[in-house]
Amino acid sequence: MSASIEITNVTKRYGALTVLDDVSLSIEAGEFVVFLGPSGCGKSTLLRMIAGLEDVTAGTIAVGGERVDTLPPGKRGVAMVFQSYALYPHMTVAQNMSFGLENIGMAKAEIGRRVEQAAATLEIAHLLDRKPAKLSGGQRQRVAIGRAIVKEPKAFLFDEPLSNLDAALRGRTRLELAQLHARLGSTMIFVTHDQVEAMTLADRIVIMHDRKIEQIGTPMEIYQRPASRFVAGFVGSPAMNFVPVKGVNENGGTLRIETCGLGDVAAAIRLPARFSPEGGCLGIRAEDVTVLPAGEAGIPLKADVVERLGDRTLIYGQLADGTKLAAETDGRSEARSGDTLQIALDTSALHLFDAAGIAHHAGGD
Amino acid sequence: MAESYRRSQWSNGLFVLPYLAVFLVLLVFPLVWGAWLSLHKVDLFGPGRFVGLANYGRVLADPVFLQALRNTVVFVLVSVPSLVALGLFLALALNKTTRATSFLRALFFSSSVLSVTIVTLIWRFVFIPGDGLLAVISEQLGIAPVNFLSTSGWSLFSVGVATVWWCLGLPMMLFLAALQQIPSDLYEAAALDNAGPWRVLTRVTLPSIARTIMLVTIIQIVMQFQLFGQAQLMTNGGPNGTSRPLVMYIYEVGFVRWDVGKAAAASEFLFLIILVAAMAQYLVSTRKSEVSE
Ligand SMILES: Nc1ncnc2c1ncn2[C@@H]1O[C@H](COP(=O)(O)OP(=O)(O)OP(=O)(O)O)[C@@H](O)[C@H]1O
Ligand SMILES: [Mg+2]
Repeated sequence: MSASIEITNVTKRYGALTVLDDVSLSIEAGEFVVFLGPSGCGKSTLLRMIAGLEDVTAGTIAVGGERVDTLPPGKRGVAMVFQSYALYPHMTVAQNMSFGLENIGMAKAEIGRRVEQAAATLEIAHLLDRKPAKLSGGQRQRVAIGRAIVKEPKAFLFDEPLSNLDAALRGRTRLELAQLHARLGSTMIFVTHDQVEAMTLADRIVIMHDRKIEQIGTPMEIYQRPASRFVAGFVGSPAMNFVPVKGVNENGGTLRIETCGLGDVAAAIRLPARFSPEGGCLGIRAEDVTVLPAGEAGIPLKADVVERLGDRTLIYGQLADGTKLAAETDGRSEARSGDTLQIALDTSALHLFDAAGIAHHAGGD
Repeated sequence: MAESYRRSQWSNGLFVLPYLAVFLVLLVFPLVWGAWLSLHKVDLFGPGRFVGLANYGRVLADPVFLQALRNTVVFVLVSVPSLVALGLFLALALNKTTRATSFLRALFFSSSVLSVTIVTLIWRFVFIPGDGLLAVISEQLGIAPVNFLSTSGWSLFSVGVATVWWCLGLPMMLFLAALQQIPSDLYEAAALDNAGPWRVLTRVTLPSIARTIMLVTIIQIVMQFQLFGQAQLMTNGGPNGTSRPLVMYIYEVGFVRWDVGKAAAASEFLFLIILVAAMAQYLVSTRKSEVSE
């Protein structure tokens, strides 16, 4: 039932505007893949091209080994859940779910069986005779998912399906989607610009930016070993700290990185021979910056804003030369804005970016 | 606070006053006066004599009235569905934004802005025997030409063709406006649901514009029952009154034969018919939309 998806050298242009430029991606059968990226980066466009709602300017798309980019949407064996749900307003919930099956001439009994089963799974059996206008947002969402499930598609495509739900419902639906994926084992592609959704749902995340795929990886790879400065800054909250680099000296496996603000930092980063520090920067996440207990000497950080989140405290401050830096410490911290704190860096979690944004990580390349 | 609030309510009412005055003087007053006239024997020279419902009896017993009533009902039954169907067809065909469709929309709508005189002139050129367009064509094809404007049956048909051509713009525009309100993702969902063009039309498009279809039907029923100018100018009701509509009957009785009371009674009948037709449509449509939501 589930199928692999192969996207090969796909380009999309609207007139002179190139939205996707030579994108390739291969998704395994049964995988849950999330497209993550800032607004307007082409996530929906790529998803809609898989669904057949947009033409492919160049390149090919195959589902389950069969080339589909020339087929009409209904013949590709994929089902899509729209952000707006796109339920047919004049049909009941049951009719909404059976419409697609009737269109392919499926037997009435089989349609009834599938609709009932999906309704039971999604706990919407009591809503089958209602029209969409008489449903809550969360219920509509379930119907939209139900309409996809009954088709038993080779792949599910979701375009920001949770963005119209309130925070509590979004969290719950997210969990249910994960369970649904575990039970059905279908290939799923999920578009979002919400990092939490991406991190929690995905087997692999596809980070898209500026007409390209920036990185493909598991949530942990994306978080711990971002391929570029863009990914590093986009994933994680608060965003990764970036400190400008003045120069690097390599001696005997460790690297001495001269920075503005943090002084000289030693890190076990292996650099390629032609690495140039010009325009580069050092990246470190707030949780890898430790606030030292009073009396210990480290790097001074003048706190500007202190955010208390209960379980942890975020401190946004300035280094001696004015470079901004965020640090995370535990929830009982008594730091107040205006204080000058002493900090230390976890040098095993440093990232070095060159001027082009290419990343080099501590403890690897 | 309360005082100024009350005062402001009064002054709000003042804004409605001009329209209210016009409404009373030009609509309610004639309606009441018409009803009053229909109960009297009046001519234009003297005050009337109260005759009760006698005028209504005379109207109902008048074979010319019954013929005009039948003509009008037939006319409405044919022209209104034609207008709705053709308007819908054109709207569906032109529901894309290209230069060609914009031009065609404007073209089809342009007939609506013409006055009835010009419309009838144009269609007389088409239907007139001898030099008319249809006469010339049928001559070329070797078919015996039909005298459209003075053959019983054909004359009302010709008036209908001219009317549909004249009135088509408004239904088309209303349908286009309604079609553009349908969210495009419904069509995308239907495409993913394997729906063919016919299923899309009947299960997505038409249900979405059902209210507009009702609205257009009511508007057209009300308008087409008042057919007058085209019939007057194209066929003058002939031959033998077979294309005479109700309004023309009222006009002839009231202003040619000066039997104002009888004309007023006939007007009341027309008013009642239009009212009932419109109300029936309205009731059907509200019941339907309640079921559908
Ligand atoms: N029909 C179109 N014609 C021209 N440009 C378009 C069209 N559709 C989308 N675009 C452009 O393509 C780019 C990508 O759009 P897309 O909808 O895929 O973004 P997205 O990543 O889904 O963003 P969001 O997170 O806001 O939904 C945008 O810059 C958009 O302006
Ligand atoms: Mg989008």
